[in-house]
Amino acid sequence: MANSGSAPSARLIAVRKRYGAVTALDGVDLDVRPGELLALLGPNGAGKSTAVALMLGLAEPDAGEVQLFGESPHALDARRRVGVMLQSAGMPDTLKIRELLAQTRAYYPHPLDADACARTAGIADLVGRRYGKLSEGQKRRVQFALAIAGRPRLLFLDEPSVGLDMESRQALWSTVRALVADGCSVLLTTHYLEEAEALADRVAVLARGRIVAEGSVRQIRARVAQRRIRCVSALAPETIGAWPGVRSICRDGERIEIVTDAAESVVRQLLGEDSALTELEVQRAGLAEAFMEITQSEIAQEAA
Amino acid sequence: MNAIVQTLPRVSLPRIYALESKHEFLRLLRAPSFAVPTLLFPAMFYCLFAVLFVKNAAGDYHANIYLLATYGVFGVMAPGLFGFGVSVALDRERGWLTLKRAQPMPPGAYLASKLAMAMLFAATIFTILAVLAITVAGVTLPLAAWPKLFLVEIFGVLPFCAIGLCVGTLVSGQAAPAVINLIYLPMSFLAGLWMPLRILPPVVREVAPLWPAYHLGQLALAAVGQPSEGAMLAHVAALAAVTIVFLAVARRRLARA
Repeated sequence: MANSGSAPSARLIAVRKRYGAVTALDGVDLDVRPGELLALLGPNGAGKSTAVALMLGLAEPDAGEVQLFGESPHALDARRRVGVMLQSAGMPDTLKIRELLAQTRAYYPHPLDADACARTAGIADLVGRRYGKLSEGQKRRVQFALAIAGRPRLLFLDEPSVGLDMESRQALWSTVRALVADGCSVLLTTHYLEEAEALADRVAVLARGRIVAEGSVRQIRARVAQRRIRCVSALAPETIGAWPGVRSICRDGERIEIVTDAAESVVRQLLGEDSALTELEVQRAGLAEAFMEITQSEIAQEAA
Repeated sequence: MNAIVQTLPRVSLPRIYALESKHEFLRLLRAPSFAVPTLLFPAMFYCLFAVLFVKNAAGDYHANIYLLATYGVFGVMAPGLFGFGVSVALDRERGWLTLKRAQPMPPGAYLASKLAMAMLFAATIFTILAVLAITVAGVTLPLAAWPKLFLVEIFGVLPFCAIGLCVGTLVSGQAAPAVINLIYLPMSFLAGLWMPLRILPPVVREVAPLWPAYHLGQLALAAVGQPSEGAMLAHVAALAAVTIVFLAVARRRLARA
């Protein structure tokens, strides 16, 4: 372990969980280390929600062990160090935001000041309103406020930016970064891979109930050889598409975007055949491509 | 590196329980679909019938006192049945219950706050009916009868809270009001809460002991010195049994939710 000497904030040890005939988690080991932001990624049904539910004590593992700050996830003492933002948490429509905040703050021994909490979550102007009168994005921000209200040492964020506009998402990200800088651990599950890319110290990829890849964003990205070439060229996309090593090609106006495993040879050929080519760019594949590659190869193996 | 600071928790349990209860009460008080029928209907029906039948008396039986007891029971059933049933179904469906279970809320605070809410509504309904009884319906009762009726009604919400909770764990938020009305309205009628059992057909009278509302009704009638049937202890035992059975079913359902 990289962070030797510091116990994990949350831990799954050889955990198995079945729901009827479906194996949601099939022998998963996972640590959320102190002060890190771990992004848990995976296609729908991969077991992300189950992993989170187990760590929060909402479900029991069939085998293996779950620890929260070294204790059972049911221990009130451990749970008082945890903040939670779930994917769907429809609160009572007729309660005011101020009341919801007061209620959640009361659960924690050292809560954030109510005003500070509202300001940090960007809901200072909403505290007097009823929950049912808010927009989706405003509701998400209230849910985030409740998650940070108790000064958590470990924060669970389940799809936090669903329903948020770009500006609110940026604000959320900078708050999360500040919390992590302050020593808070975060377990993030998200569909937005750019969110994981922007925030995560470490990424774990779940597929079919198993951890199939784990490492820094850079390490995960390096697992795929793919690169992306962009340029402005008069060559026909169909011609380029037939070259060896080209995986896909698309045209956006006069720009061409090529995804390839063999960037060097494709670039050589491009320059050789189109001397007028301009605005050449080569990029390593993003987390999104890496993620697709990892999960698809896993599913292919499974099928074989 | 280890930034976890060990400190004594300074969480005040009484404060949590008080806040939860207050918010549970406010939440329903601000919902017109709950508060208006719950607070208004018993008062409306009582005024209508007690004034209409005010001259209707025979021996110990006085319609205005009799109906004060039975409409009181009819009234306090609602916060138990609807307050628990609809809100638990909604909380389950919308994920609020899951969030509460994930948050470090002390176990028990969720149900205790709803129980406090139901009792607070019951006390409000009792007060409204008592004021109407004295001012509009000309009821005079021995002073000792009032606290007796109050206690019967306040603790009488318990079995209905258990039934409501059970329904709330079984059906969706949308279906809950309909399902509960199907329990609430027929049971109130069949238990003799709307009009005295003795003027209802014999079949209705014979099956009446099946309904928890009947047992609470008899306790309330005894409290105000109106003619009642059966042993008081048997009524209490029946209500306790209903509470335990429905709580047990609800507990099983909630553990699996």
